[in-house]
Amino acid sequence: MVFESILYLNAEGSARRESTDPPPCFSDLNLDQVVDTITARRQEYNLKPFFYTPLDDSDDIRYRQEVMQDLEDETLLESIRSFAEKMAVVRRYLGLAEKLEFRNHREGWFLEAAIVYCDAVAALAHDLGRAGLRSRGLLAFRTYLTDYVSSDGFVSLAEEAARVKADLSAVRYCVTINGLKVRVRKYEGETDYSAEVEQTFEKFRQGAVRDYRTKTNPAAGMSYVEAQILDCVARLFPEAFANLHGFCERHDRFLDETVRRFDREIQFYVAYLEFIAKLKEAGLPFCYPEITTAKEVYDYEGFDIALANRLVPESIPVVCNDFFLEGSERVIVVSGPNQGGKTTFARTFGQLHYLASIGCPVPGRKARLFLCDRVLTHFEKVEDIKNLRGKLQDDLIRIRAILEQSTPRSIVIINEIFSSTTFRDALFLSQRIMERIVELDCLCVWVTFVDEIASYNEKTVSMVSTVVPENPAVRTFKILRKPADGLAYALSIAEKHRVTYQHILERIRP
Amino acid sequence: MKAFLMYRDRDFDPDEKLPPNADALMQDLELNTLLEAMARGDEFVFAICRQALLTGLDDPEAIRYRQDILRDCLKNAAVVRELYQIPIEAMVNKRKSYLGIFSIHYASGVLSNAIRLLEMFVELLRKLRRIADEHAESFQSEGFRRFFAMIARELDDDYSAVVDTHLKALRFRGGVLLSAQLGQGNEGTGYVLRKPPRRQAWVKEVLTARSPSYGFSIDPRDDHGARALSELRDRGIDLVANAAAQSADHIDSFLKMLRIELAFYIGCLNLYERLTELGEPIAFPVPVDAGRRRHSFTGLYDACLALTMNGRVVGNDLCAEDKGLVIITGANQGGKSTFLRSIGLAQLMMQCGMYVPAESFSANLCGRLFTHFKREEDTTMKSGKLDEELARMSTIVDEIRPDCMVLFNESFAATNEREGSEIARQIVSALLEVRVKVFFVTHLYTFAHGLFESRRQNVTFLRAEREEDGRRTFRLVEGEPLQTSYGEDLYGEVFGA
Repeated sequence: MVFESILYLNAEGSARRESTDPPPCFSDLNLDQVVDTITARRQEYNLKPFFYTPLDDSDDIRYRQEVMQDLEDETLLESIRSFAEKMAVVRRYLGLAEKLEFRNHREGWFLEAAIVYCDAVAALAHDLGRAGLRSRGLLAFRTYLTDYVSSDGFVSLAEEAARVKADLSAVRYCVTINGLKVRVRKYEGETDYSAEVEQTFEKFRQGAVRDYRTKTNPAAGMSYVEAQILDCVARLFPEAFANLHGFCERHDRFLDETVRRFDREIQFYVAYLEFIAKLKEAGLPFCYPEITTAKEVYDYEGFDIALANRLVPESIPVVCNDFFLEGSERVIVVSGPNQGGKTTFARTFGQLHYLASIGCPVPGRKARLFLCDRVLTHFEKVEDIKNLRGKLQDDLIRIRAILEQSTPRSIVIINEIFSSTTFRDALFLSQRIMERIVELDCLCVWVTFVDEIASYNEKTVSMVSTVVPENPAVRTFKILRKPADGLAYALSIAEKHRVTYQHILERIRP
Repeated sequence: MKAFLMYRDRDFDPDEKLPPNADALMQDLELNTLLEAMARGDEFVFAICRQALLTGLDDPEAIRYRQDILRDCLKNAAVVRELYQIPIEAMVNKRKSYLGIFSIHYASGVLSNAIRLLEMFVELLRKLRRIADEHAESFQSEGFRRFFAMIARELDDDYSAVVDTHLKALRFRGGVLLSAQLGQGNEGTGYVLRKPPRRQAWVKEVLTARSPSYGFSIDPRDDHGARALSELRDRGIDLVANAAAQSADHIDSFLKMLRIELAFYIGCLNLYERLTELGEPIAFPVPVDAGRRRHSFTGLYDACLALTMNGRVVGNDLCAEDKGLVIITGANQGGKSTFLRSIGLAQLMMQCGMYVPAESFSANLCGRLFTHFKREEDTTMKSGKLDEELARMSTIVDEIRPDCMVLFNESFAATNEREGSEIARQIVSALLEVRVKVFFVTHLYTFAHGLFESRRQNVTFLRAEREEDGRRTFRLVEGEPLQTSYGEDLYGEVFGA
């Protein structure tokens, strides 16, 4: 297999256009927030299109899952991070070199870029060589990189760069500044005066004190005074500078296209893994879903990844929920009191399937998810005066559009539809929509107050948000397949806070 | 140079992270009252004492180190207060003449300011030396003896003269000679200041150049070029400027640390003087290891109450050896909360090296102190009352470890008696099992009585006393929990029935 892309299994996939706009379900599922967080510190890679483009082949998904699983090895991930940091430096140096006006200076930075590049590539090849890789993607890339690193072009680039740099680094010179006069000559062993002064003050300098040395910024450039000094130095050491000029002419385009592409694409994985690492640290589980084309799906201890993204930094616990569909079950109808986690549950269902479709591990301890063609969402919208429709009418128009787009392979998430009418109407309309959904045989999560549709037929499953029965103000955020049993007393609040005898024994360790 | 008056081998950290329950401790134990008496209006003393109280020690040796220093302070109050003035003077001088090297970003500026600061500090260090010479003899503690010895050693007579000479040498009147090498991007780097040539030598060197040299001059009207050149010069003197600035910093931080560490003892002095005025006793506590269980004391009183009442208050005695749990029941308004606070206060004071408000006091140390007192109803309506209490309990469980101590004040009463008792029973039993020491003030009879019936060896029961006629003595005595807390008395008092 010829390596092309770490994100796409075959050339067709890689040729496919990356979507620059998020899918319509993104904002309803709050995935836009999640992707914003994931990509926030990686703007330069332009990763969002990768997150906007779902895959429709389960082998493509597995290709990514394999790479992701390989990258869960912290050592390997560290190697990739270090590679990425170096490549960022290469880009910065090259960008800098482009802007500089003095030749000896400009070529100096070009040489630095080449050195960092060689180091980045060689180190990555070395690290990959020692890594226990299993994914097709990384194995193929390793082969590619091994070949590249031993190619003549790369070897001579690296050797020459090192030689030229060594000669330049050996240069030592002295500058005398007296008033406005400057003279430059080779350094000839004059003694260090700072050392003498420092020794005198040693007694008063103990401890970690602030550093008053001026910070020199490598990108600060060079004044023309320094450039003139550099020209004097170049005249004192003509050979070293002639070699530098030669190097820059011979290697003016040294970046390998495949390596460059890998550098960008691998960030998709690194960014996602870094993001979920914070959630995992908070005890939230993630797993690689089995991708199925049958409709028997499940997820245990799943959660809303966008909500977790908001709660975990504030150390607020995130409630996990389970679901499963078996046999002919297709539609989960979620009912129960407000603010009980129903919408969150519905979102979770949609997010899980979307994340699975881009090859990412998903919230949950164990999951099997459906290979869907799209996730469609119907969430309550603020009334929009511009569309000149009533809310109920708007609901109906939007749900019709969704039903028209959906196929038996779609996932439909409906959140409190038909709230803007009488109960009787809502029941009637809901039943009609339910008929269509059941007939379509797609997977659906439907949040509603119309309890009657929960038992529509054998394809519907009823789930209920639960509260502490004795104090209905207290939400558990648990969505259960059966109604709560009504047995929650004071001690159950203690249970909730994990401060019963048993809990405390478990929580306090010597 | 280190003051080391708080720890034998390290600086006191005024910014050490406080335990998460610091605010609860402040509130529940009325620490503000205590700290105000310690501070006597000095906010700095307030802050340092607060920090010390809330970040106590758990090593008896380290506590004794501070206790010894504190004894010296009580004996030599005037000298200690004089010492405390030295860092304050440095601070005032700095402010007065806008001395500081903090906002300057070029080496020549750093250097000249550092020189001015050093000159001012050297003067104050001479003063410190004089105090040390005069009074060192009357201090016995290991901490102060080391401190004075250090002053005598570090600031010997020749030193200020030597420093003066070098401060002069750092003016660089005759130009600078730098060596350098090519760094990244061929930018000059590693500038090292070299022994400057003598004035005449400059001309001679140019004329009789030993090796080829190339040069140029900046046009006098070229401000830009002149600035670039002086920046280059600055890079050369960077290290010496750094050395001088760091030295100034070091003395500055020594004086600041001296102020911080003395502030604690000044606070102790202030409180001692106040309590003495009120006629209240103090005692240096005898700490024992956290693994042991002891609370034995006589005349333990709530210092905050004494300060608030501006007079003597009732003290309590207890002799509890090998007891992991103390249950306090009894009359309403009978001094239970006051007693609980005095326990907490004494613990914090002991563990930061202070004396305690008692005639005598010995107790085991604890890893950390927690309080679980009643709180007002949550106004945000996020949770019910029991829910809130249990949530707080859960936070405590998160942080608590064996050999910590918890003070409960009427906890878990926000539900019916039976259920509250059951929750309290479970929590307290579990805490005991994991070796957490507990003081529990409660009206939950089922809970207290149940514990009493179980005849555990490691539990002590105290009861707020009530005279036959209903008068309170505010004294606690050992006694079995009763089914009544004499709420009727209160009713009678209020309604005059």
